[in-house]
Amino acid sequence: MNAIVDRLREQVLEARGRRRLEIRGGGSKSWYGAPDPEAEPLEVGLLSGIIRYEPSELVLTAYGGTPLAEVEALLARHGQWLPFSPPHFTDSATIGGAVAAGLSGPTRWGHGALRDYVLGVRVLDGQGRVLRFGGEVMKNVAGYDVARLFAGSLGTLGVILEVSLKVLPLPPATRTLRFACSQDEAIERFNRWAGQPLPLSASAWWQGEMTLRLAGARAAVEAAAARLGGEVLPDEAAQRFWEEVREQSLPVWRLQEGEVLWRLALPPTTPAWADAEDALVEWGGGLRWLRCPAGDDSWFERARAVGGHAVRWRGARAGERVFAPRGAAERAIEERLKAAFDPDGVFARRLPLE
Amino acid sequence: MAETASAPVSPAVTREVFITELRRLLPEDALIHDEAELRAYECDGLSAFRELPWAVALPRTEEEVVALLQTCHRLRVPVVPRGAGTGLSGGALPHPQGLVLSLARLNRILALDPFARTATVQPGVRNLAISEAAAPHGLYYAPDPSSQIACTLGGNVAENSGGVHCLKYGLTVHNVLRVRGYTAAGEPVVFGSLAPDAPGYDLLALAIGSEGMLAVVTEITVKLLPRPQTARCILAAFDSVRAAGEAVAAIIAEGIIPAGLEMMDQGATIAAEDFVHAGYPLEAAAVLLCESDGTPEEVEEEIARMGAVLERCGATEWRVSRDEEERLRFWAGRKAAFPAAGRVSPDYYCMDGTIPRKALGEMLEAIAEMEREYGLRCLNVFHAGDGNLHPLILFDANQPGEWERAEAFGADILELSVRLGGTVTGEHGVGVEKINQMCVQFSPVELEAFFQVKAAFDPAGILNLGKAIPTLHRCAEYGRMRVSRGKLPFAELPRF
Repeated sequence: MNAIVDRLREQVLEARGRRRLEIRGGGSKSWYGAPDPEAEPLEVGLLSGIIRYEPSELVLTAYGGTPLAEVEALLARHGQWLPFSPPHFTDSATIGGAVAAGLSGPTRWGHGALRDYVLGVRVLDGQGRVLRFGGEVMKNVAGYDVARLFAGSLGTLGVILEVSLKVLPLPPATRTLRFACSQDEAIERFNRWAGQPLPLSASAWWQGEMTLRLAGARAAVEAAAARLGGEVLPDEAAQRFWEEVREQSLPVWRLQEGEVLWRLALPPTTPAWADAEDALVEWGGGLRWLRCPAGDDSWFERARAVGGHAVRWRGARAGERVFAPRGAAERAIEERLKAAFDPDGVFARRLPLE
Repeated sequence: MAETASAPVSPAVTREVFITELRRLLPEDALIHDEAELRAYECDGLSAFRELPWAVALPRTEEEVVALLQTCHRLRVPVVPRGAGTGLSGGALPHPQGLVLSLARLNRILALDPFARTATVQPGVRNLAISEAAAPHGLYYAPDPSSQIACTLGGNVAENSGGVHCLKYGLTVHNVLRVRGYTAAGEPVVFGSLAPDAPGYDLLALAIGSEGMLAVVTEITVKLLPRPQTARCILAAFDSVRAAGEAVAAIIAEGIIPAGLEMMDQGATIAAEDFVHAGYPLEAAAVLLCESDGTPEEVEEEIARMGAVLERCGATEWRVSRDEEERLRFWAGRKAAFPAAGRVSPDYYCMDGTIPRKALGEMLEAIAEMEREYGLRCLNVFHAGDGNLHPLILFDANQPGEWERAEAFGADILELSVRLGGTVTGEHGVGVEKINQMCVQFSPVELEAFFQVKAAFDPAGILNLGKAIPTLHRCAEYGRMRVSRGKLPFAELPRF
């Protein structure tokens, strides 16, 4: 593996001041963020394999190019999982790509986000430095938490050579309940229930149907299901439904010509917008997906006005803004961080700093 | 005891001129510059390191904080932010030519929204005060450092504080949604968001645990969780520390994440029992506390499963708390471990490494060997569930050379933590205390990257100068000093 790292390092050093590189694992999320048509791919897929995994340590360390499916299959064999259910989008998705994209799936609501599970990284930065931050232990406050900075940095700071993630035992029991209700009612219930000691795992509302996933100790799941009511989805149907939410394969995510798919992250108690009745609501109201005609930028401002932020998830035309703007002082800090790890701008700015 | 010289700095003014400037910004009762009064701020919870600052400011408003930061930035006067001063690594040690910026008077809970399950507080609000305010709504703030009656949320953010329940409920970084504050230059910043996944780089993750070196936080929004309906605790005894360590791994391997999983060795058990009479078995080589929380059905199920594991792993005795009073008594001993150490020894020095759980036995054997080598006793308490060790090295500061031996003993433990695949600090922070051990854990290029992160937030290098990240020069000096393990050249001289 050292030879692969050396080769990547040579490629980065050689590109400095000459061209931009776009880090590419499995290419499953290559449409995400702001594209840079001039950047050349830096392939990291060969950097693959699980480095260390001992179930009783609750930590898994793998090379960045390890297929996400391989990681999840290994964990499942030992009764464990990645509780943030990262989307794959294609079979080629890698663990390093999942961390760089920073995306979590439906169970983020009950179990936390990808960044919450990042314990450590080993990275190759734009200066060709190989750096290790964090580690393989749960509690670690030595130095700044740079490992978490790499989560969601979209490959703008460096190549994730290795990543250590906290993993957890699979909940012993799960159950999915379905209720008919309006979007407003669903948002109200999600928030009210989240304030009660219930084993909540995932939530979705779409087209008048509210779906709720419970996960935890058998006794707790049974007691909660009995209390909340609703229709119990058969296990297979439930599994398929949450898989479709995680992989964004329900019709709401299918874009028609001339449309944009908006990802609106909002404070979860934000009431439903009257003109967003078609939205799919996730994360207890904290995430709303909406298809709209292209050319409408107002969602950035509408989300900002309620304390949230919009992403033009799919359907952005060349030159259109993808991510919500940040404040001037924060942007200056981001710019200096980018310069610290990648002073020559070798890595494409998929996450634009504006 | 030890003196520390901070990194070189050159304020643009004299102390007298600086104090005149401060008087223009703050009322007289918000300013301390008299030497006798400054003594109260010369150290934090790590009293082995002391330094007198030029002045202490106790602003009451955010406007005053901004004015102070802008003035210090303009005059190049270092600023050391401070909460309740309960930190254990010297993170709030004053700079000898600097200002201590106490945020203790910014102590209001600004908003508590039970429906959204959030609380927005100023940095001087005490950790426990949030849970107290949230209690009528059946909610609480999960991170519970032992000092939670006194420590402030601002300090928790600076240190990424944990607590005995963090294996299940996470650290500060997992429970804070958003902070608002100011850079060293006094520019307003917001990190994080009330909505999930704030756009841009995760500056919130960098700010949390940054030991007051990146920004000054004036408003913090935390997540509140529903209070578990019930909790019960198992007290289990083992005739070897290794067997107790194996039981910890076996519980996790069983797929259980206990709400708390703590270990104490015999020395710590005896000291704690003598102090609070928790009912600990004194003949046991190690005691485990395993807590389960949740619904009554869930707790019953989990307690039964944990009991079976403990039995299988050779617990010589185990009992479940019969009621809340007994559960709290089980915990009282653990929570009193530090003061209990203070009763059996004139001084104690608390370490904070984290190691992979599987290395627990090896670490304990090495510590026993070090006790002989340094001629000092060590009591061991652990957050066993997450591998975070708190060895308490007993010494007497009035005996010449004992502090130096304790310090070298501690350094050995931390450096072994790194060699075992762990870290020099799990939750207390680096501060000034573990700055040398950072040279062992990180390479020169990694330390350089940390300095670059610092400069990205604070290009002028004003905030908490000289803490947490060692200079390469310092690492080189330290490397030369540690040539002979435990035997420092010129041990009688004050170091740095």
